[in-house]
This record gives sequence, structure tokens and C-alpha cells, in this order.
Amino acid sequence: MTTTTTTTEPAAEAPHGRRLFGIWLILALAADLAIWFAWKPHLPPGDMSDSARHQQFDIAVLAVSAAPVIIFVLLYFSYSIVVWRARPGDDGDGEPIYGNTKVQATWIIGTTLIVLWLFVFGTVELAGTAGAGAGEGPSPVWKLAGVTSATWSPGGKTMLDVQVIGQQWTWTFRYPQFGGMESTELMLPVNTPVAFHVTSLDVIHSFWAYQLGVKADANPQVDNVAYTTARTLGSVTVRCSELCGIWHGAMFNYGHVVTQSAFGSWAAGVQAREKTDGLLAALPPFALAYDPTVIPQLGAALPKVDGITGAAGYYYPPGDPVTP
Amino acid sequence: MSVAARAASLLVAFVAVVGLGVFVALYYLGGASALPTVHYAASGGQVNVTLQEDPQNNSASKPDWVSYYVQDPGGGQWVHTTLFSVPANTKVNVTIYGYDGCTPLRNNFFSQVQGTIGNTVTVSQFDQHGKEYVTGQTTSVINAWANCNAGHTFAIPGMNLYVPVASPNAQLSANNLCSSSPCTPQGNPYARETFSFMSPAHGGVFRWQCLIPCGGGYLDGNGGPMQTLGYMMGEMDVVSS
Repeated sequence: MTTTTTTTEPAAEAPHGRRLFGIWLILALAADLAIWFAWKPHLPPGDMSDSARHQQFDIAVLAVSAAPVIIFVLLYFSYSIVVWRARPGDDGDGEPIYGNTKVQATWIIGTTLIVLWLFVFGTVELAGTAGAGAGEGPSPVWKLAGVTSATWSPGGKTMLDVQVIGQQWTWTFRYPQFGGMESTELMLPVNTPVAFHVTSLDVIHSFWAYQLGVKADANPQVDNVAYTTARTLGSVTVRCSELCGIWHGAMFNYGHVVTQSAFGSWAAGVQAREKTDGLLAALPPFALAYDPTVIPQLGAALPKVDGITGAAGYYYPPGDPVTP
Repeated sequence: MSVAARAASLLVAFVAVVGLGVFVALYYLGGASALPTVHYAASGGQVNVTLQEDPQNNSASKPDWVSYYVQDPGGGQWVHTTLFSVPANTKVNVTIYGYDGCTPLRNNFFSQVQGTIGNTVTVSQFDQHGKEYVTGQTTSVINAWANCNAGHTFAIPGMNLYVPVASPNAQLSANNLCSSSPCTPQGNPYARETFSFMSPAHGGVFRWQCLIPCGGGYLDGNGGPMQTLGYMMGEMDVVSS
């Protein structure tokens, strides 16, 4: 039997580099155009607010950045299988490679540029959009421009403060510029800078107003600030995005973005009703974070108030957490 | 080990794993299905739902947990469950007997009655001798922080229905609460609260819960009975015709 050793010299002579580059350029360009013009308008979370629009923009930019890389990998993979595959009867080894300065330099420079681009782009987007709708803690690094005031009225540039209160397993919303009135509905005026002050009365929750592109952890006794400005009218779904107990999945409700005048009427109406029926007087003074064991009207921390609790005893027994 | 022995071992292991899975599934599913549902039928476009909340319950496993009971409209007996069904698009008249003592709300906002017809409830309170010391008081707020006023809440967040449930007063709450469930008016102080709401036009299951952290002994008072179906957590099944 005669063994024939074949070499792949003829294939190596083909202009593989230029051929690959040409195909890659066409595919990458097509993919990026499709992403930008066809896919971007449908990317989550939509364009209801400034923060949502920027998130949509960010996702599109990252997709446009990633698509050429993915296409290059897949193209090279496919090209290798088709062009450089072992032919029938080819039992020879591949050519040994001991290093290629051009390839190594291209790789290092290319990946460095990609990482630097992502770093700079991400930082600029966080800074330019006041945290991009994410909770920044009690002292935000990036603040949203707006006039702060103890009151709010339609037509002005005043920022609206909304305290978001989570508890197992529901949300409420408190409006300090309307006498500290509280509601189970999240109502927001359009074209108004909003500062959410997110907190919790029990465990850790996470306030996620999907269409607004706002997501901030709700920690007990912590004021977590997140900003947004709604630009279109519509409904908002509010969910908890932090596993907070067995009924976490049921912890959601809805909000609405309405005109500034409609919001003013709604807020004034709720404030008047809560004042009339005595609820406003029954609520604690507005504070950016609460210690729910302290009830001002009872004048003492709850565990010290004996005799007013139910048959089960205090709801914060000494030594909590304990097992029954 | 022979091929046959290896195959047999594999088969036994497979059957054991599958069997364990089936056992766990049946254990939990069986446990869930053991909780009865009380069905309420409409009469004249209305349905009357009657509940009571007790400081304890008559279960064998968790007798010290606070618990709701639902009254069977047929025989009138109290069923230890929190599952009930009502027809869709119907006026639901609810009566809750509050036998448990008072506990402050974590968020006093829920002292406000929301989602009932008129956004009010009507409260009567009785001492252990049957004396009605508060008679049919209609109110939109039961301030759980002002005095010993609220025992629990009946809340259906999915319908924006939030109702604080009145309790016996401070003195009665401290010393004379019902100690055997299901509780009866005889010899026990209690509050009777009535309100109405419209059931949704379409069918569906609506979770209801208590927002007063009454899970004594559990972290933040929200564990145990607060999150368990059959105790302080329930479901209202709205049945469309």
C-alpha cells in the first residue's frame, strides 16, 4: 500500500484574509443596520421615559458593538470548516505555529479597544442620565436636574418626590409635596422630573417600574433614590424584582402617567379625602426612611408597648428572628 | 460488575429518584388539595360571605397560629380554610367576626378602608357578656395606631381592596379573648364588621392576605400564618357564569 501525503499549499495561497474581511464587512454592516433600524424600536423597556429611552439606546449600541464580533467568530468558524477541512486521504498534520506578532498585536489592541469603549460608554450613559433609572442610594452621585420645592404644581419645572414603600406583599406610594398623602396607585405627571425614594418596611424588595426603566432596591430604613422623567402617557407595571417571600410573584400593581393637570387634580383629590377622613393625621410624619418598630402615635418602640398586641404577641418579639 | 448488574443498578436508581419526585409532588399537591373551598352562590344578584379571625385554630399541626375561618353557607358550620369562591360581577356582602386582639399595622395607611362600596365599613363591638358597646358605626378609617382598634386586615391587592378588621378593645384584647376555635359569640368579646364590594366582571383567582404583621415569632411577623394558605393568606376564586 502506498501512503500519499498531501499538503495544503494551494489553499494557503488563496487570499483568505481579504475574502474573510469582505464577507465579514458585508454581514456585519447588514446586521448592524438591521439592529439599529428594525430591532431598536422594539427593544425593552420601550421609550416611555428618558431612562427607558436611554436603556433602549444602550442595548441597541451594545448589540451593534457585539454583532460584528459574533459574526467574525461564526464566520471564521464556518470558513475554517469549509475551506480548511481535511480532505479525503489527507492524514498530514497541520502546520506548526510558534507565534504571530501581527495576530497577537491585533488581538490585544482589539480587545483593549472593545473593553475601553464599553467602560467609557457605560460611564457616560450612567452619568448623562442620572443613574439611568437605577437606585443610587441615599446620596446620588448623578442627580437629575430639576427644581426642588416643598410643593408641586402643574406647569412648573419642580421635581416631584415620590416615596415608594414596599412591604410583604404590596406597594404604596407617598407624595410629600401633597401633605404626605399615600396611595396604592403610582400616578405620575408627564414631562416632569421625578425622584423616587425607595424604601421597605420589612424585608428587601426591589421596585421595578418596567416601562419607566426604573429599578431600585427597597431596603428597610434606607432611602434609595432613583430618577426618571416620563415622556408619554400610558400605564406602568410595577413589580417586585427581589425574591421577598412566598408571595413575591404576586407583588405587583399598576401605575399611570397622566397629564400634569390631571395629576394635580388627582393628587389634590386624594390629599383632600385623606385629610377629611382622618388618614393624613393617622400617618406618621413623612420621613425618607421608617423604623416600623417605632410608632409615633403610641409614643414608644413597639416591643415596649405591651398589652396592645394580638394573641400572637408582639410582632417584633425580643430576640427576633426566632422560630416558634 | 456485569452489564446486567449495572443496568439493574441504574434502573433501581432511576426508579428511586422518580419515586421520590412523585412522592414529594403528591405530598405537596395532596396537601394543597386537602384545603377545602367554600362556594358561595348568588341570590338576587348578591352573595353573602362570612368569615371569622381567631387568635388560634383547631388544627393539629399549628394550633397556635392566628387563623381565618370561612362559614359554609349550606350548614352554617365554620370551615378551617381561606379558600372561597364567589360569582363574577356580583355584589359581595362580607361579614367578618374579629375574635383576635389588636395589633398595630406596620403601615398605618392601611387603616383606611379602600375598595368597598362607599369606601366604608360598619363596625359593632361586643364584650364577653354579649353587650354591644359600639353599635353599627360606619367609618372609612379604623386607626390601628390610635388605640387598640384593628386586629387584622382583609386585603385583596389585585382588586385594590383593603379593609382593616376591627378587634375587641384593649382591656378585652388583653384578658378575655376566645381560646377555642372556631370561636362563638357566647362568652367571647368580638367585633363584627360588614362591608360590600363588587366582584370582578371576569373570572380569576384573587389572592387575599392580612397586612398586619401577626405572624408572632417569625422574622418581621410576616412568616408562618401570614404566608400560609388556610391561615391568614387566602384565595378568592371569582367564577364567571
